[in-house]
Amino acid sequence: MRKLPAPGWLAGLLIPAILLAFWQAVVMAGLVPAAILPPPSLVLATLGAMAQSGEMAQALAATGSRIAWGFVLGASAATLLGGLCGASPRARALLDPLIQALRSVPSLAWVPLFILWLGIFEASKITLVAVGVFFPVYLNLLSGIANVDRKLLEVGRVLGFPAWRRLLRIQLPAALPAYVVGLRSGLGLGWMFVAAAELLGASSGLGFILDDGEQTGRPERVMAALILFGLCGKLTDMVLASAGRRLVAWQDIEIR
Amino acid sequence: MPYDLTITGLEKSFGGSQVLGPVDLSLSAGTITAIIGRSGCGKTTLLRCLGRLEAPSAGTITIGDGSVNPSDIGYVFQEPRLMPWLTVAQNAAFGLGGWTEEARSAAVREALESVGLHGQERALPKQLSGGMAQRAALARALAPRPKLILLDEPFSALDPFTREQMQDHLLQLHRHYNSTMVLITHDMDEALALADRIIVLHGPPGRVLADFTPGLARPVARISSSFFTWKRRLTALFSGHRGVEALGDDDDAAAA
Repeated sequence: MRKLPAPGWLAGLLIPAILLAFWQAVVMAGLVPAAILPPPSLVLATLGAMAQSGEMAQALAATGSRIAWGFVLGASAATLLGGLCGASPRARALLDPLIQALRSVPSLAWVPLFILWLGIFEASKITLVAVGVFFPVYLNLLSGIANVDRKLLEVGRVLGFPAWRRLLRIQLPAALPAYVVGLRSGLGLGWMFVAAAELLGASSGLGFILDDGEQTGRPERVMAALILFGLCGKLTDMVLASAGRRLVAWQDIEIR
Repeated sequence: MPYDLTITGLEKSFGGSQVLGPVDLSLSAGTITAIIGRSGCGKTTLLRCLGRLEAPSAGTITIGDGSVNPSDIGYVFQEPRLMPWLTVAQNAAFGLGGWTEEARSAAVREALESVGLHGQERALPKQLSGGMAQRAALARALAPRPKLILLDEPFSALDPFTREQMQDHLLQLHRHYNSTMVLITHDMDEALALADRIIVLHGPPGRVLADFTPGLARPVARISSSFFTWKRRLTALFSGHRGVEALGDDDDAAAA
């Protein structure tokens, strides 16, 4: 019996294509009013119009800039604190309980404080994204360092490595797979938090289009913004996953 | 100059349970000493104390003149324990921090050539067979040109053919580097083929049951009558705990 070829990346488009066709058929058959659920053709036309007018590029640039800055700031702080707490039991005893307590605060609860402290413009939005990115990166890095194989650490000990050298030469490289997972989760949360930040008050960005669509009763604009959020999130995750795969290519695992 | 080694009243306990000692030993510089014994008799604990992976509960260990540089002690574990993100050459250079680039390259080249891994410099650990990985671990221990090499059942996970090849290789390396070697093994053939002196530990708590010098001509012929005589002596010692001296006359007569 012949074996079926393994499905490639195109297979991932199959279900969305079927859903789109079903969606279009449902609206065309009049089962759901177009004012509630605009057909894919209308959403596509809206996307085309937004691209032509330059609105899409402007929104992508605004949201992309917030995500980029928030990601860099959140991931940098998480890397620094995660590395410090992973390497030093004393630093961990001092800092980790506070960080874990802050993690329990609902993310949106930070918004009033950030607006009071940083104003309603870019700084508060970027800070909210950075908070979203921080926790997954911190937790994954910390757990990656804590779970480094004792046998590898003993190699450093017999070679007389001091703690800082064991961290740099053994613990951080060994924690890289967990760190990459943390970065990807952090980026995912970053997209979630940027949408929240823009919905709460912005004059540009994809979140602004969402809000504008709702306020003006144009669900096709809401759908168009949702699709752009989804595409951007997937695209940035693919870039990060691809870079991560190169970084941890040494892992002796089978990619399925 | 290779290190000599003096162990005085060495004891080790874990959680109130004594697993080793007291042990008193004096090992001459440039010799190979095998420490054999049943599983759990404390031989690995003894080696871990020598490698400073465990702090003795009592007693002292004096290596050389007492002022030892960690890079002067090489340690080969039961498993290769290679850093999976580093190539073979980078793993061999792992303990050479602070060396000049030129000296490091020369030491790595020499170590890899001496273990027969020339041409595998860029391979990652996941691309190596078990025997090659263990040779890379040996190269890492040899590269700093240590004065004392501690080997913890380094060939126990290898197939019989590779194990015998590695044992012959170790003897060549000993001639080349002239380091003092302490070999932990439960393989009597390995101990007889490699060691100038064999120390039998019995326990727990691990204590010296017998200490003798077989004096077999090198290279040791594993099918010679003297080899078999010593093997029978060791077998009798393990099964009946009789002293080596007491067995000597009977077995010599039997061998004759």
